Amino acid sequence: MGAALAYLFIQGIGVWGNNAPVYWAWDITNFVWWIGIGHAGTLISAILFLFRQKWRTSINRFAEAMTVFAVLCAGLFPAIHTGRPWFDYYLFPIPNQMDMWPNFKSPLMWDVFAVSTYLTISVIFWYVGLIPDLATLRDRSKNLTRKRVYGFFALGWRGAHRHWQHYERAYLIFAGISTPLVLSVHSVVSFDFATSIVPGWHTTIFPPYFVAGAVFSGFALVMTLMLICRSIFKLHNIVTIKHLDLMNKFMLGVSLLVGYAYAMEFFIAWYSANPYEQWVFFHNRLGWGQLDSKGNWGPLWWAYYAMVFCNVIVPQIFWFKRARTSVPIMLIASILINIGMWFERFVIIVTSTYQDFLPSSWGMFHPTLIDILTYLGTFGLFFTLFLLFVRWLPMIAIAEVKGNLPGAHPDLHALQAHDEEPDAAAAPVPAE
Amino acid sequence: MANETKKPALYLAEYGTPNAIARAAMRVRDAGYQKWDCHTPYAMHGMDEAMGLKPTRIGYISFIFGMIGLATAVFMMNYTNAFSFNLLNIGAGYPLVVGGKPPGAFPSMVPIIFELGILLCGLSTFFGLLAIIKLPRHNHPIFESERFEAASDDRFFISIEVGDQKFNLDGTKALLEATDPISLELIEEEVR
Repeated sequence: MGAALAYLFIQGIGVWGNNAPVYWAWDITNFVWWIGIGHAGTLISAILFLFRQKWRTSINRFAEAMTVFAVLCAGLFPAIHTGRPWFDYYLFPIPNQMDMWPNFKSPLMWDVFAVSTYLTISVIFWYVGLIPDLATLRDRSKNLTRKRVYGFFALGWRGAHRHWQHYERAYLIFAGISTPLVLSVHSVVSFDFATSIVPGWHTTIFPPYFVAGAVFSGFALVMTLMLICRSIFKLHNIVTIKHLDLMNKFMLGVSLLVGYAYAMEFFIAWYSANPYEQWVFFHNRLGWGQLDSKGNWGPLWWAYYAMVFCNVIVPQIFWFKRARTSVPIMLIASILINIGMWFERFVIIVTSTYQDFLPSSWGMFHPTLIDILTYLGTFGLFFTLFLLFVRWLPMIAIAEVKGNLPGAHPDLHALQAHDEEPDAAAAPVPAE
Repeated sequence: MANETKKPALYLAEYGTPNAIARAAMRVRDAGYQKWDCHTPYAMHGMDEAMGLKPTRIGYISFIFGMIGLATAVFMMNYTNAFSFNLLNIGAGYPLVVGGKPPGAFPSMVPIIFELGILLCGLSTFFGLLAIIKLPRHNHPIFESERFEAASDDRFFISIEVGDQKFNLDGTKALLEATDPISLELIEEEVR
């Protein structure tokens, strides 16, 4: 990936397949895909926390790590797609000698703020969750270097209840602000498209549609990685079939939401009676209706069918309990869903632009080798970070799982009733 | 470093079950101690009451800084895109008309106002948390104890510090011994 990026910086964006009508192609597809994957981590750690879904503790650390790494991969694409990344600092309101300020009315500026806020908050949320577990690692490791390194990052945590008290509230606040944040980030990403006038982009359904898609793809990747780690590290007692069953039910539900959004887009395209909109949906995506001069279907129709197959048809298998509890089936389904979600972004971006308004300005998009290398490179970055995480950090939230065990919390009423009998004279004195 | 002497720092009592430490905590609370704490491997619910702690106030910090974030965003965007005065010589903004929308149009500011509010709220919660609980601190005398390593594993501890007004070596020891701890030790810290 480094080589592909170096070549890109030297030569410019021309080395990608992007061209006159298709200004955004794989770069933004990959950006939206990666950032969408990140969303499931926040959803699991924040929204399920607010809903008191205790089963989340088995998977949340994992999913949060995935969020952080996926957002790092995502952030790369907008930075390099500007073509001259050394001028990216123009995007921030830094006082400069040119008296030049960003245009805050642009959704691309909103994106800069949304994604950088999202990365910052995700990292903090992840780290705060890690502190008690780092203390455990500090106390359990035998090697002095490791003890010092873990100890440094554990900040001298000593499990004091006067700390836990504030810690728990801070964690709740993080969950509370991450929930609207995660919804806003993908909504802002969808504004990049929805505020334009390009047919297929200019729709009001985009924010919820993008958020549902993001959660869907993220859950699928959590599932893929979790299944692999579960079998390698023998985590069957912590991540039980019941957890996987719940996740599959969740994916089935979100798949129906996504399917509804696809259907609604088509309804609106038909109902709008807008010929450009209809051309994009029925010709470019479905391949129906008018044939081109050579009598062929729209050249990218297969991408649309791949997307519908992977995202809407494949998850229907989760109606069956046997499929929800079968590891091979869910592994294959989750990989297919990830492929499908990549195609969703590709369909939205490329099939909307390659034949938009005037036939004289139509074009076609072909990915180049550099496109492919850059995309594969982000996988390398993601998995390197992920494997380092699995190697060095606790991939299960130790302290949270302990707190969920039966009998983990004292039964104060029983204790008080018991205590009042022998020494009733010791009346409770307010401590502070 | 040769002439180091040691002085007592705290008593450390160890318990094996949540109910045992909760009962002990209520006894220590009722005895009127202030500078004491419970050390548990996870956040134990009900200990606020057992220790007689006041509710945390970290939410105020988050709220105030969240509001500052919102206000900063409103100011920043209006300064750079809606007005043209030069504040503190950082360079004047210029009124910007894009897509026929007037300078300072509010709807297009909403996303960034929201994001900046969240960002400041999150950062202040994190640093506010560290400030309130006075971490990072790596040199606490409690780490002198070998047994204390289990506080992040599967044991529960109560510590009572020497600095407490009610602390005296014999009385406090008697109080803790009455709560049936698994072990009780006096931790000493080095004095230079």
